[in-house]
Amino acid sequence: MAEREQIKKQAPSRSEPEQVEEVPAGSKRGEELKAELDDLLDEIDEVLEDNAEEFVKSYVQKGGQ
Amino acid sequence: MAIVKVLGMETEYGIIVRGAAEPNPIAASSALINAYVASLDQRVEWDFGDESPGRDARGFVREGSVAPEVETHLVNAVLTNGARYYVDHAHPEFSTPECSNVWEAILYDKAGEAVLARSVEAAGRYLPAGQQVSVYKNNSDGKGNSYGSHENYLMDRAVPFSRVVQHVIPHFVTRQIFTGAGKVGCEAAGGERVDFQLSQRADFFEEEVGLETTLKRPIVNTRDEPHCDAQKYRRLHVILGDANLSEVANFLKVGTTALVLAMIEDDWFARQGRDYTLATPVKAIRQVSYDVSLGQPLLLANGKRMRALEVQWEHLDLARKYGEDSGFGAVGGVEVGNEIVRRWEEVLAGLETDPLSLASKLDWVAKYRMVSGYRERHRLGWRDPRLFAMDLQYHDVRPERSLFARAGMERLLSPEDVVRAMTEPPVTTRAYFRGRCLQRWPWAIAAANWDSLVFDLGNDPLRRVPMMEPLRGTAAHVDELLARCRTPAELLEQLGS
Repeated sequence: MAEREQIKKQAPSRSEPEQVEEVPAGSKRGEELKAELDDLLDEIDEVLEDNAEEFVKSYVQKGGQ
Repeated sequence: MAIVKVLGMETEYGIIVRGAAEPNPIAASSALINAYVASLDQRVEWDFGDESPGRDARGFVREGSVAPEVETHLVNAVLTNGARYYVDHAHPEFSTPECSNVWEAILYDKAGEAVLARSVEAAGRYLPAGQQVSVYKNNSDGKGNSYGSHENYLMDRAVPFSRVVQHVIPHFVTRQIFTGAGKVGCEAAGGERVDFQLSQRADFFEEEVGLETTLKRPIVNTRDEPHCDAQKYRRLHVILGDANLSEVANFLKVGTTALVLAMIEDDWFARQGRDYTLATPVKAIRQVSYDVSLGQPLLLANGKRMRALEVQWEHLDLARKYGEDSGFGAVGGVEVGNEIVRRWEEVLAGLETDPLSLASKLDWVAKYRMVSGYRERHRLGWRDPRLFAMDLQYHDVRPERSLFARAGMERLLSPEDVVRAMTEPPVTTRAYFRGRCLQRWPWAIAAANWDSLVFDLGNDPLRRVPMMEPLRGTAAHVDELLARCRTPAELLEQLGS
């Protein structure tokens, strides 16, 4: 996943060690995350507006504040 | 000492009507609001046949909402939770009641989403066959038209406005890294190479300071309309934020800003010898928004260069020290203040190490993850309409269509509290008095406004109850009084109005 690499960065050298701690211990492994994303993308395929192009084109708003 | 940051949020929602030959967003917004108000009381059906959007909302006073004092030609309602629900600039707009801390503010903002979702459902029963209305909590149509989501913070008028401007702009520019709702593409000139950006609104800001809200939008808006005692207070009207669906992002948007404003009131930046004034703030807004890598340094007026994240880390450090010094009284006390600081740090740490680890906490990250995952799966270019459609649909208020609702986001609010907040006012501000009076005696209230209630008891002249102090009229102040009074006449007598 190219974007993931692109926006993943080295932790900076902050003075307090607790501010550079690793990703929280509860975070899931890569495979699990990927499976979760796959499920989400399946669902998006189901609910995404049928005619995306028409939908985007017709979404025109009057400007507001 | 900094004063308590009384808060409120106003959101203009995007609206579209399908199946209409000539869609009229003003009429659709009016129908939406009327349908909602009618749905509050099924005993009396709202008859659209006899009404026009041009008339005021007196007709549904009995359902627990009234026309506001300022007469406009558009539909306007004040709800029993103290909120205002109306048509503004061809959009349905929901203004939360006054809240006394960030938890209340995000609760009532979320209740606003629920009100809109219920309105969409209710409006379906009134629209001509084949027509369908849908509503989006976003800030742009992707074609250069933007609509706002405004935050309001009560400030001490004694604080020089120049000091507010000086120290709040760096926060406004850099907070986008966690407040941004994310956007596919770019609507500003020269942004052809931007595929995805952090913020919905960044493309639309052209000035540092000014009065405008619809053209040449400024980072700091100078609208001076406190809706309370103007000798004592100012209402800082913040127009550059994104509408957040994420409860964590919304909590941080309001929480960190309230805290920074309290620090400004107590002159904490100067006392700590800090100044993050940016060399070119307007340019910096877009720089931050367009930089998904979060790696670009910003040029400060003093010649230093700092990344938005670094500016935020320093604000966090300052806020923590400020809390130790002040006790966080202005943002609702130690517990609330500590929670703001804890979540602030958690999010900054996530942004430093792996932004995608925040996909269940921040809107822009959740949207980025979905859109880029979908793009890879279907091998799409960044200009594919399906990605723009996903961007819009992330914000659809209908749970069955919303992509936000599918993103597995962390919830801070209980669904029961949100439902209650649709009709019950917050107990800690003057909105309590407004809401309770509307619940009990809607037939006797001729008009409601932020800073007054006007009673019409029939024979006498209208009687106005001023509410110039946002923190008076709370449950603690008026519950006993309201319990004692059986009629509005008794209430007015007791109040001496």
